[in-house]
Order: sequence, then structure tokens, then C-alpha cells
Amino acid sequence: MKRIALRFLSLLICLLLWHLASSNQVDLGFVSFKQLPSPEQVSSEALDLIHSKKFLAHLNASILRVLSGFCLATVVGISLGLSIGRFAWASNFLLPPLEMLRPIPAVAWIPLAILMFPSSEVSMIFITFIGALFPILLNTIHGVEAIDQRLIAAARSLGCKRGTLFYEIIIPAAASNIFTGLAIGMGTAWFCLVSAEMIAGQFGLGYYTWSSYTIQNYPAIVVGMLLIGLLGMASSLLIRYVARLVMPWQTLVVKRNG
Amino acid sequence: MVDQGCFEISRLSIRLGLGKQAFTAVENVSFSNQPGEFICILGPSGCGKSTLLSTMAGHVASSQGAIKLDGQLITKPNADIGLVFQQHSLFPWQRVIDNVAFGLKMRGINKSERHRQAREMLELVGLSGFEQHYPAQLSGGMQQRVEIARVLINTPKVILMDEPFGALDAQTRLSMQQFLLSVWEGIKTSVIFITHDIEEALFLADRLLIMSQRPGRFIEEIPLDFARPRTTELLATPRFVQLKQHCLTVLQSQNHL
Ligand SMILES: Nc1ncnc2c1ncn2[C@@H]1O[C@H](COP(=O)(O)OP(=O)(O)OP(=O)(O)O)[C@@H](O)[C@H]1O
Ligand SMILES: [Mg+2]
Repeated sequence: MKRIALRFLSLLICLLLWHLASSNQVDLGFVSFKQLPSPEQVSSEALDLIHSKKFLAHLNASILRVLSGFCLATVVGISLGLSIGRFAWASNFLLPPLEMLRPIPAVAWIPLAILMFPSSEVSMIFITFIGALFPILLNTIHGVEAIDQRLIAAARSLGCKRGTLFYEIIIPAAASNIFTGLAIGMGTAWFCLVSAEMIAGQFGLGYYTWSSYTIQNYPAIVVGMLLIGLLGMASSLLIRYVARLVMPWQTLVVKRNG
Repeated sequence: MVDQGCFEISRLSIRLGLGKQAFTAVENVSFSNQPGEFICILGPSGCGKSTLLSTMAGHVASSQGAIKLDGQLITKPNADIGLVFQQHSLFPWQRVIDNVAFGLKMRGINKSERHRQAREMLELVGLSGFEQHYPAQLSGGMQQRVEIARVLINTPKVILMDEPFGALDAQTRLSMQQFLLSVWEGIKTSVIFITHDIEEALFLADRLLIMSQRPGRFIEEIPLDFARPRTTELLATPRFVQLKQHCLTVLQSQNHL
């Protein structure tokens, strides 16, 4: 109860500071809040948006893109990560190009993506895919490499064949790292989606935010930003929730302490 | 049934490491065990005891010599050779009952049957009622009991134990030693048990082998004919104390090399 109260309090304080900064038109010289829309303006803009026909279209477009890119990245990232973490040949063969692509920010892929994919929809999904892929891949590799070798030895000595080892030992043992990768990947997927939509979208929250800027509707920019933040947070929470369902043994200590 | 579980190890050497870092961990070791015999291997830290045991379990390749179990060359791990580690190696994501039943699952036995056998096994090791716990919810001694149950359920021909009680406190360790003997007296499977605790070795074994510093070789063999079942009173008998002193001298002579 206390925890929840504390969390709400922190949100309230942020809101209050925002309100004070914008209503008093605070100007600190190096940063000025004169142009900053107030919470009141933003919430009325948000209400307008929610009641408009376009709202669901924006929301759907963004969620669909993030989900497609993220799911694709999950499948590719986990399967590549498991092989690279487990087999020396896969690591030698696959890691060099991946290591080279990794430092390239997903945003830098946008021009190429537009050239490569005739459909702008696919190119945006590709950007979110790239964004989510590396955290998932790297955490999966790390998870497999960090497996206690004794667990594998024990399983083998109990009659576990090499083939079943993946399903019985490697995946569950790496699960916690894999989920860390998924949670981070979900965050970067949103991050990258918004950049992609700013360039190539017709709908979506990133497009909404950017187009509000071009038509100088400042409260709407903040609405867009807050919605993106909210959705990003909600999807991370969802992953954490799934992780707890799938890995009940991870939360034992919490249970013990009441 | 006890004409099984006989290792024949002849002129075994094990080299570890690659290139310039390569070194001989175990050198020219030969020994064999009787069916149902309880052998303890005692040796200074780093002398290659774990390496020898891993090779016997089929996890580490030998560089010379051969290891046979009941006439069969050992090339890879299998369920006939049970392995127990110093720190438990239970699967943290499985409940106790599924950990114990793991070997049966690998043999394709259906769930209700393997859970039935696992429950029996848990009763044998005194852990009825803990079926649904996860390993992290058990004490160190309980975890080792589960670990032992998980190996026993496979009815291995031989059980290899690498300092299985090394991480436990003195009190728990003593009760685990008695527990192990009582279980073993019921099944009489061959056991090879590694320790660097002299008292533990003398208390448990039919025969004691002492290893040298690295590269490990056997430098002494002591048959122990203390009557079984053994009780803690044994620890205070003159013969026991004398042997303990002797082992200490042998081990200490190693430290000065
Ligand atoms: N994978 C490895 N690579 C290189 N050296 C190793 C490796 N494993 C063990 N060693 C070395 O090989 C020697 C034998 O190790 P081993 O673990 O068999 O000793 P031990 O007798 O079991 O020691 P302890 O009583 O401390 O468990 C040690 O000197 C150790 O440093
Ligand atoms: Mg060791």
C-alpha cells in the first residue's frame, strides 16, 4: 500500500513541477519553459485526441508495427542467440557481421530501409525489428554462456541426450536473461518505431507527434510523447508479468519475505 | 545384481589446458574397485581429484590409458554412472519432485509413474512433504539429499561423489555421512567418494586411496575393515585415531614437495 502511495506521490510531484514551470513561465536562461504547454492544455488536447476518429488509427498503427517488429526480433534473436551461445562454429560464423551491425543505431537504417522495402509499412517494421533484435540477441547469448556448466554435466550424467539438452536445460537456464533482453528490446522497439514513423508514417504516435510539431500544435506534441511513454511502460510491465508467470522459481525470495 | 559397477582404470593420464598452458593433472593412475565397494579418494587441494572423477564420469577425455566400467570403455556420460557434486547442481527451475524424476523422464517414463517413484525416493531420503518446493527453498543439507535422490532413482551401477558434503557445516556433514551409509547399506552400489576430510574418508570407506600433489598419483592405499554399520563411536577408537594420524602424516609429506 505504502509503495503504491509513494509511486503516485512521485508522479504527482512531477505533474506539479511541470504545472509550476509552465504557469510561471520560468526562464533559467539556458532553458526556458515559456513555450511549454501547461498540463491543463495538454489534458484538454488529449481529450480531443481520444474523442477523434483518428486516435484508434494512430494507436493501432503503432502497436501493430511494434508488435510485428518485436515478435520477429524475438524469434530471430532467441534462436540466433541460443546457437551462438552454445556452438563455437555458430559463434565464429555469425558473430562477426552481427558485431559490426550492432553499433549502428536503428535510426541510421531508415534511409536504407526506405530504399530496400517498397512498402513504407515494412520498412518501419524493419526498423523496430533492428532496434529490438540486438538487446534480445545479446542477452540470450550471455544467458547461454553464463549457464553453470555443472547443470549441463549433471543433466548429461542423468541420461539427457544432446538433443534434449536445449529444451530441458539450456532454455530454462537462460530464461531469466532472455526475458531481460525482451524487456529492453521492447523499450528500444518503441524508441525506434517513433523515429521511423516521424519519417515514413501516415498514422502512428510518432507521426502524430512529429506532424503536431510541423503544424505548431505544441500541446499535441506533449500528448504524443506521453502516450508513447505510457505504451512503452505498459508493454514492459506486460513482459515482466509474463516473465513471472513463466518463471515462478525466480520470485521465490520475494514470496519468502512476505 | 552386485556383480556390477566395477571400474578398471589402467595407466590413466589426463592432460588439461591448451598449448603452452597444458599440464598433466593426473598421471599414470591405475586402480579397480570391487562390486559394491565404497572407496574414498583423499588428496591435497588441486591434485586432480575432480579431474579424475570427471573423466570417470565421461565428461573429460583422458590423454592416455583407459577407463572401463564392467568391461565397457567410457567415452561419454551416461546414466549408469551417477555423479554428485560439492555444491548441488539441482535445476533451479524444477520443483524438487521433477528434479528427482529427471532421469526417469529422460528414459521416457510417463509422468504419473515417475512422480510415484520420485515420491518413494524422497521418502527414502527423508524429504516427504517437500515435493513441491523449489531447490532454492531448501537448506544445503536438504539440497544434497535431493541431489543424491536424483542420482539413486536411476539405479546407477556406480556413484561418483565429489566432496558432496564439503559445503556443509560440521553437524550437518556428520548426519549426512550417516545418512549416506544407511542408504548405501541398503543398495550396496559401488561408490567412489572424493574428500579432503580425513575423518570423513576413514568413517565411510572400505578402502582409502591417497593422492599426491599435482600431477595426481596414488601414493597410498589403506583397506579399512571397521565393522558396519558404523556409528560415531568409531571416531574415538584408538585404531581410528591412529589411522587418522597416519593419513595426516602422508598428506603433510606432500605439502613440502
Ligand atoms: N578447466 C581447467 N583448465 C585448466 N586447469 C584446470 C582446469 N580445471 C582444473 N584445473 C587445474 O587442474 C588441477 C586439478 O584440478 P582439480 O579440480 O581436479 O583438483 P581437485 O583435486 O579436485 O582440487 P580440490 O580439492 O580443490 O577440489 C588444479 O591445479 C587446477 O588448477
Ligand atoms: Mg575438486
